[in-house]
Parts: sequence; structure tokens; C-alpha cells
Amino acid sequence: MEVESPEHNREFAEVDINNGAITDEEEVPAPGTVSLENESDLFVSAMTPSEVQQRRISVSNLEEVLTDDGDYFIEISVSDPQKIGDGMSSYLAYKVTTKTNIPKFKRSEFSTLRRFSDFLGIHDLLVGKYMRLGRIIPPAPSKNIIGTTKVKISPQQTEPGTATNQEWVEIRRAALERFVHRTAQHPVLRVDMDFMNFLESDQELPRAVNTAMLSGAGVMRLFNKVGETVNKITYKMDENDPWFDDKITEVENLDGNLQKLHAALKSLVTSRKELSALTGLVAKSAAMLSTCEEHTGLSRALSNLADVEEKIELLRSEQANSDFYILAEFIKDYLGLFGAIKCIFHERVKAFQNWQYAQMQLSKRRENRGRFELANRADKLDQAQQEVEEWQGKVQRCQQQFDDISAEIKREMERFELTRVKDFKANIIKYIEDQMAHQQQIISYWETFAPFAREIV
Amino acid sequence: MMDGTDESNILNSASPSNGGTMEIASPTNPLAPTTNGSGTATSPDSSSSAPMTPAALGENALHVEISDALSEKEKVKFTVHTRTTLPGFAKKDNNVVRQHEEFVWLHDRIEENEDYAGYIIPPCPPRPDFDASREKLQRLGEGEGNMTKEEFKKMKSELEAEYLATFKKTVAMHEVFLRRLASHPVFRVDQHLKVFLEYDQDLCAKPRKKMDIFGGFVKSLGKTTDGILLSATVRDVNDFFENELQFLTEYHGHLREAAARTDKMTQRHKDVGDAHQKISNALLQLSTTEKGHMETFAAKSAEVFERIKNLETRVASDQDLKLGDTLRYYQRDSDAAKALLIRRLRCLAAYETANRNLEKARSKNKDVHAPLEVQEAETAQAEACEKFESMSACGKEELIGFRNRRVAAFKKSLVELSDLEIKHAKSQYEYLRQSLLALKEIA
Repeated sequence: MEVESPEHNREFAEVDINNGAITDEEEVPAPGTVSLENESDLFVSAMTPSEVQQRRISVSNLEEVLTDDGDYFIEISVSDPQKIGDGMSSYLAYKVTTKTNIPKFKRSEFSTLRRFSDFLGIHDLLVGKYMRLGRIIPPAPSKNIIGTTKVKISPQQTEPGTATNQEWVEIRRAALERFVHRTAQHPVLRVDMDFMNFLESDQELPRAVNTAMLSGAGVMRLFNKVGETVNKITYKMDENDPWFDDKITEVENLDGNLQKLHAALKSLVTSRKELSALTGLVAKSAAMLSTCEEHTGLSRALSNLADVEEKIELLRSEQANSDFYILAEFIKDYLGLFGAIKCIFHERVKAFQNWQYAQMQLSKRRENRGRFELANRADKLDQAQQEVEEWQGKVQRCQQQFDDISAEIKREMERFELTRVKDFKANIIKYIEDQMAHQQQIISYWETFAPFAREIV
Repeated sequence: MMDGTDESNILNSASPSNGGTMEIASPTNPLAPTTNGSGTATSPDSSSSAPMTPAALGENALHVEISDALSEKEKVKFTVHTRTTLPGFAKKDNNVVRQHEEFVWLHDRIEENEDYAGYIIPPCPPRPDFDASREKLQRLGEGEGNMTKEEFKKMKSELEAEYLATFKKTVAMHEVFLRRLASHPVFRVDQHLKVFLEYDQDLCAKPRKKMDIFGGFVKSLGKTTDGILLSATVRDVNDFFENELQFLTEYHGHLREAAARTDKMTQRHKDVGDAHQKISNALLQLSTTEKGHMETFAAKSAEVFERIKNLETRVASDQDLKLGDTLRYYQRDSDAAKALLIRRLRCLAAYETANRNLEKARSKNKDVHAPLEVQEAETAQAEACEKFESMSACGKEELIGFRNRRVAAFKKSLVELSDLEIKHAKSQYEYLRQSLLALKEIA
């Protein structure tokens, strides 16, 4: 057994690297005939009951997932934010509309109403189920007490109040949409029972308890996080897979550079917004000059200048929106994803720690057994033998877990890299297209203005 | 205007370390004064400014230009080049070196001349202000360690270009002032102007001390309150002037506000440009951690953002040049026109006083035959009346001239502004279109 399993794992890993995640099952000629059942049995034996169930879910999905190469589509939009209830107990709900041809869904187009904490809830469920297995779970948008409260206390029932509130709601809506969209792009996550339920069910979801920031669970979570961070800093594992060494450095570097990029983008958004406001002021001044100006032609030209500047004010704010939504928020999402990646790297470290611990325990038990053998204590020997076997099993399971998570991470990273490159290119291209449209608008604005300037006599 | 050799002169003085290789950020020559139109309204010969053809000088011509300028630490030295056929000038072609303070001196001499009370005095050029650029350069020097060599080089050349642009603008402002004087039928034969253009020594116009500046401030404050008081107490007999004063007061206020806002807008627009540069830098750095075609893609994106930065900065500086400068200039010019109206009101007040004095003298001496006092009062009254009348006539013409000048200048800058905006937007569109194709090729 001990000899066999690493071999199996190596095979797994190699396939992963060479062929990608999609087709490994079919293409391996497999002398050991790694059938699907076989494999799942292996997993099952290595897992606690709850994990078994989860694994079943993913394994049963595997077939579908593996044959899915773009024939399936799923589009989810989050729209119509609406305030439900009154005062501090009110909340915002969003319409989540799904269009898909994945046969697992009952219909091809459906929608439901979900509140913000439902999104956080589904994220937590997915993290709970899949993170330990090494899957990258797209991070959900973070809570923002000030923003939420502002919207909550705004008097209007359905319309979320002032311009800043509306902007804030729109930012959140867009973030939620990107979150669900990203989750739905994942071949396994998209057909997770809970996720499907989140999209499909007409029922209200059970309130996710620990998403509230100030709840006891939230505080506990905070402590856990702190503990884990300390652990992350203090524990260095001996890496025997150079792939991970490289990947970790790579992720760190990318993360650092993206952070700089994000900071630069944020400053662009701020400057551009201010530019928009200042352009508006110039428009007002031009209008005032125009009413004051005695010369008719010049007055008309100035009033048209005011019009142009006003249009440009709007345009600048549209530009700020593309800066923000297409670039800044996109990069921010990726910073979150890199966070999720670091989490799964850490999960792997934890699995390694467990394995090491089990091995240590095993050698202790073996020593015990040896001592009893020497002392000829037949009465204790049986129990010692049992313990050795028990820990042998544990070591095997832990090693299996570690190998599994390592393999899964590799697969996930490959998928992630593909999407990342695709996303990055698509967004840059979309941004440039947007800017082109903006420049065209500027041209047409000034072209309508030019005759008025020329007509001044 | 300045030719190639002058430019390199400026370059050397602006950046001694950089052998004159920099490019000006703006494609339009910042030297071309936006307010050029101002000089053309009254005298056609100044508009036909072709400095490199010294032959075509008509009769009684006076050509003034700043052919060169040198920046030395705290001061700027302008070389004022005069070509003239006016009688009274010793040389037909002359160069003198003048500093900003001497321009101020000339302006003050003209402003304080009683005979010119009926004319709009061309506004004094603003003091050269390179503090902002200098400070930035200094900060750049301090932060040298924090950036890569390329970044530093880029920043440096940008700041130098900015410095150069400010420098050229300053030169243009001073030139416009002289040109307006030279093209004005009365000011062009002013003795002080002649001295300014001919005297080859320092005019002893020492930079004003702090106390003087303060004194000047008090004086101008006094003038302002004086103006308000006058406009409140003296009833104008002429609707034209009353309307003009009201209009100019309001107009001046709006111009000032518009100029300040345009300034803020263009400043922020430059910040937008700078943000693009930061993004470009970040993307370039990102490309070093990427592999394969993603590396090329990120590097190309960095290039695109840098180019957008250049284009946006150009838009900003052209807005500043066309819109901002025009607004600023007419803010000062309308102030000068307002000053004329205030002077006229003061003159009116004096005239009324003379009237009252005459009345008083008459009633006091009604029994005396041909009293001296009345005669004196009569002459004083007649003088005041004549002065007021001539000032009114002259002022009216000047105000109409101001209006024509203003409309022409605004037309010119607005036409140029819209042309430049369209041009920049078109070239940015075209650049983006090409970049899009290139990027899609990589992707």
C-alpha cells in the first residue's frame, strides 16, 4: 500500500501538468486502472464522514465537469437592488437571474431574490466545503457597516436615497455580480448543491449566522484568523516539490505588483472624478460669463461652451466609471483571489503538518511496540500492535490528503492562470474600447461647438 | 518670436545638465501668445509680425519683440528687440536687456501719468513664477533613490519640459504687454517706453521690498474702496459709462472665477495624466513577473497608458493655454478697463466739485463786478469740464476697443481650443484603435 500510493500520486500529478485538468481520466491508459470508483474509494477511506459526503458531491460532479469544455454556459446577473423593511433592521435584496444550459438546473432561465448576507453565506459554505480540498473560492465582497447603515437610514423605501448611496449600492451590486459570475465559472462550484440552491430556490435561505460582523461567531472567526496568521508566519515546511516553491514566489510577486497597480488605478479614479466635478464648475462659470457678456456672438459661443463642458463633465465621470469598474475593481477582485490562493497554499501546509504529526506518532508507537517485543510483554503487545496499525492508517490518510490537496492545487492553479490571463486581456481590451468611444464623444462635442466659435463676428 | 538658437539658449539655462535634447510637452508652441489678438485691434502693423524679415518696415513703425530670455536663479532676463522707423529713436534696430521689475516700472510710469487717465492701461505681466517647478525638481532630487533609472529620467525630462513651458509663457506675457504698448497710438510715443526700449543700462527698478508690497496692497485696497465709494456717491450723467462700469464689475468677477476654475480643472487634468503614468509604471513592473505573451501584453498595455498620459497632458496644457490664459488675461484687462472708469468717476467728482466751487464763488461775490475769485473758479470749472469731456470721449473709444479686442481674442482662442480638442481626441482615438489591434494580435 505504502509503495503504491505515491506512484499513483505521481501519475496524477504528471497528468495534471501535461494534460490539464479536463481530460486526465480518459487519457491515462492506466496500468493500475484507476477507475473512478476506485479512486473515490481511496478518498473515502481517507476521510471523516462529513468529508466523505462532500467528496462524493465533487466526485459525482467530476464526470460532467471533465467533459465540460465550453459547451455549457451559465450567465448570472445581479440586478434591481431594493430596500426591504425599515430602519436598522432593513436590508438590501438583489434579484439574481440565471440563464444556463447546464442540465442539472431544472430550468434554463430563472431568478430569485437574495440579500447580501445570503451571498456571504454561500461563500462561507463553499469555503467550508472546498477550501480544505485545495479549491480557489472566489472571495465575496466585504461588509461595510458605514455604507450599509447609510442606506438603511435613508428615508426612501425602495429607492436607495442619495447619489452617494446609489453609487455605493451600485458598487456593491457589481461586486456581487462579479462574485457569483466568478463562482459560476468554476466547473465544480457551479454545480454545488448549495450554490445551485442559492440560484434556483424560491425559498428564503436559512439566515447565515456567522456572517454578521459583530456576532460571537464573527469574533471567533477573527481569533481563528489571527491564530492562523501566526501559524503561517511561524511554521516553515520543508518543501519537497519545487513547483510549489516557484508558484508561491510567483503568486507573491504578482500580488505585490497588482497591489501597486491597484493603488495607481485608485488614484486615477479619484483624480478623474475630481476633474469631472471641476469641469462642471467651469461649465457653470462659462454659463455665467455668457449671461453677462454683451456681445451676442460671444455670448452664444460661451453658452455653447458651457454646454460642451457640461457634457464633458458627464463624460469624465463615465471615464471614471470605466477606470473603476473595468480596471480598479477587476484588479481588486484578483487581489482577493490571490488571497484565496494563499489560503489554499496554507491549507496544504496544514495537511503537511498533520501528516508529519501522524508520522511522528507512528514512529513512537513502533518504538513502543519494539520495546514490548523486547520485554516480551505479550499482554501489551496486542494493544501496541493495534495502535501501530491505527497510526499507519492515519499516516496513510494524511499523506493521501496532502497528495490530494497538492494535486488539486496544481490543477486549480492551472485553471486560474488560464482565466486570469483571459480576464486580464479581455478587461484591458474592453477598457480601450470604452476609451475609444469616449474620445469619439469628445470629438462630436467639440465639433458641434466649433461653428459657434467661428461664427463670432 | 523666438527662433531655434534662442530656444537652445533657454534650454541651456533651464537645464544645464541636459544638452538641449528635450522636447516640449505641448505640440503647439506655447510661445504663441493666446492674447495676440489684443494687439491687432488698434494697430494692424503689429499683427504682421514676421520678425525674420527686417526689410518690410513701413513709415512710423514700431516693432517690439522679446528675442531671447535667460533664466538666472531668481530672475529672468529678457532681451527686448526693437525695430522702428519712428522719429526720435537713435537706432533703427536695438537690443536691451530687461528684467521683470523694469516692466513693472514701465507699467507704473504709464499708469500714474495723468494724461493717460482716459486710456486703458495694458495690464502688467505677472511675475515669473517658477517656484512650483523648482520645488518639484528639488523633490525629485531627494526622491532619486526610490525610483528606477528610467522613471527618474522620465520624471526629470517632464519637469524640465514643464519648466520650459512656464518659462515660455512668461516670455510671451511680457511680450504681449510691450506689443500692446507699441501698437497703441498714444502709448507708442511715450517717453518712458522709449527709455525702456533704448536705454542700455539698468533702469534702477529695484525689486519691491516687502514693505512696499504691503504699501501697494494698502494703496490698491484704498483704490478699491475709493471706487466703491465713488460709484455709490457720484451719479453718472451718462448711461453708457454707468452700464459699462456695472458690466465690467460683474464681468471681471465672472472672469476671475472662470479663470480660477479653469486653472483648477487643468491642474487636475494633469493629475489624471500623472495617474496614467503611475499605472504605466505598475504595468511595466507587472510585465516582469509575467511570462510569455502575457508579458508582452502587459508591456504593451504599459506603453498604451504612457501614451495616453502624454495625450491627456497635452489636452490639459492646451486648455490652459487657450482657455485659461485668455480668461486670465482678460481678467486683468477688464480690471484695467474698470480702473479707467473709476478714474473717470473721480474726474467727474472733481468736475462737480469745480461746479459747486463756482456756484459758491458766484453767490459770495454777486455784488462784485468781475471778481477774481469767480474768474478763477470759472477757469477751474472749464478745465475740469474739458478734462472730463475729453476723458469721456477717449474712454468711450477705449472701451469699444477693449470690447473688440476681447471678442477677437476670445474668438481666436475658442476656435483654436475646439480645433485642438478635436485634434487631440482624434489622435488619441486613432492611437487607441491601433493599440487595440496590436493588443488583440498578442492576445
